[in-house]
Amino acid sequence: MDEQGLRLAIGELVAAYADCIDDDRIEEWPDFFVDQCRYLVTSRDSHEAGLRHGVIYAASRGMLVDRVTSLRRANIFERHRYRHVTGPTRILNIADGVAEARTNFLVVRIMHDGTSSLFASGRYLDRIAVAATPLRFIERLVVLDSQKIDTLLVIPL
Amino acid sequence: MSIQDLDLRAGVAWPSNGISEVPFRLYTDPEQYRLEQERIFKGPTWNYLCLAGEVANPGDWVATTVGEVAVVVARAPDGAINAFVNRCAHRGNLLCLEGRGHGREITCIYHGWSYDLSGRLTGVAFERGVKRQGGMPPEFRKEEHHLQQLRVAELCGLVFGSFDPDVPDLESYLGPVVVGGVKRVLAGRPAHIIGRSTQILPNNWKLYFENVKDTYHASILHTFLNVFRINRMSQPGGINIAENGGNHFSFAKLDYAAEDEDYRREALRASNDLHLEDRSILDSVDEYGDQVSVQILTIFPGMVLQQIRNTLAVRVLRPRGVDKSELEWIHLGFADDDEAMMERRLRQGNLIGAAGYISMEDGCVGGFVQRALAYNDDQSGIVMMGGHDAESQTFRASEAAIRGFWKQYRALMGA
Repeated sequence: MDEQGLRLAIGELVAAYADCIDDDRIEEWPDFFVDQCRYLVTSRDSHEAGLRHGVIYAASRGMLVDRVTSLRRANIFERHRYRHVTGPTRILNIADGVAEARTNFLVVRIMHDGTSSLFASGRYLDRIAVAATPLRFIERLVVLDSQKIDTLLVIPL
Repeated sequence: MSIQDLDLRAGVAWPSNGISEVPFRLYTDPEQYRLEQERIFKGPTWNYLCLAGEVANPGDWVATTVGEVAVVVARAPDGAINAFVNRCAHRGNLLCLEGRGHGREITCIYHGWSYDLSGRLTGVAFERGVKRQGGMPPEFRKEEHHLQQLRVAELCGLVFGSFDPDVPDLESYLGPVVVGGVKRVLAGRPAHIIGRSTQILPNNWKLYFENVKDTYHASILHTFLNVFRINRMSQPGGINIAENGGNHFSFAKLDYAAEDEDYRREALRASNDLHLEDRSILDSVDEYGDQVSVQILTIFPGMVLQQIRNTLAVRVLRPRGVDKSELEWIHLGFADDDEAMMERRLRQGNLIGAAGYISMEDGCVGGFVQRALAYNDDQSGIVMMGGHDAESQTFRASEAAIRGFWKQYRALMGA
């Protein structure tokens, strides 16, 4: 893949990830990651302070699958959906089959009764395996702008 | 005392002198909320302020709140930790705007009044006027305008403050059993913060504090452990309630070795049942050598110290209006944790917090109660599981610790 093609493919990966969640196809969400992945939802404050404890942490694709199973079968919450709005993806570096990228996002939460609110804003800091297709996230850091989370976080960001 | 000094505001009326029927209006009444700020948060209680490590060096300060009241906690040059109101004596301006900082003094941005790190007023800009014109009148005395100080006490690196100079000393207030519970988790090893976040709760603060003391709901609302067949319902445990009622801890023991054995057996069985793909979030070590896998400890009116397996946290509950509160999660580790222990704490962290497998529901259930009570709050809730008293119990299908909360609440509210 030439660099132009790679840029398009990374943009497609980031957009497809958001659509997967917003379309409630959460079962497909772990497939966006390699097996030995790292997914962390944290805040800007914690990220900048070097605090490693996040709000959600997965160190394997299996841990992502468990998040989905728990969401579907175990956890109790009011039905709601997200709408991700992602900004353009900036590719910061490509080397040794790994691309580093950053994408800003807003997430609107739509409750089952129609109440909509801005639920989260922040940036994705990604490391993406680009040597093979389809592209997969090696690491996705979800750095929230705020350290406050309204009510609960169950659907992944 | 003259009749004018008597505070006759009664607050919400209770149906009896007991603590097992709780008026719903306690969660909805704005005047009750105001009285709670005065009689509980500014009353004879000890409120969590910060970790001592957050103000490790002289000059360090942290801005926080006691109830809704803005306060500053500072380490003075003499090494003492002081706490005082975050409100300039001059015009009431907020002194510290950021959450934390460092300096030799605290100066108000509005008119430049300055205070030392024990809250003493040390400087008034243009106190003598400009070119001998203006200035404060001759009878003005800086020493009459120091910031209101809180009493401060520390236990195992946790710093507490009280607005009431006559509050019993911290350990008497907590009671020996709860002091023992704190020491079990934190004594001898200075804890440090490995993460923090805040969960906004759409409910009155008391609904969350009751929830933490409610051992009845745990296996019913939080289905994660049952769905994945992790919990052994027969785990021995109990509830220890301090004499004042408001402080407590509940605990449960786990046979860690038996759990590992169960897991190995299940892994051999090709089961179609729900299972975790990655069991590492449950990979636990018996850190305290007593097989206690869960200890949930509360300190009235708004602090929780939590040990669930190897995940440790202080939770700080802050009221933010009659139908809103904030719950800060302060995740802890120890300096001598090796990388394996750190990774264990991070993975187990999925169990707790705003996205916690066994805690997220606590963020919404209080809001459901709050919505159901809207303009329909003329009756009382029932808190009778395990009896009518607030005594310690050797079983956990009980609401005794909730009754303990109301015991101290009623004593302080005078109703």
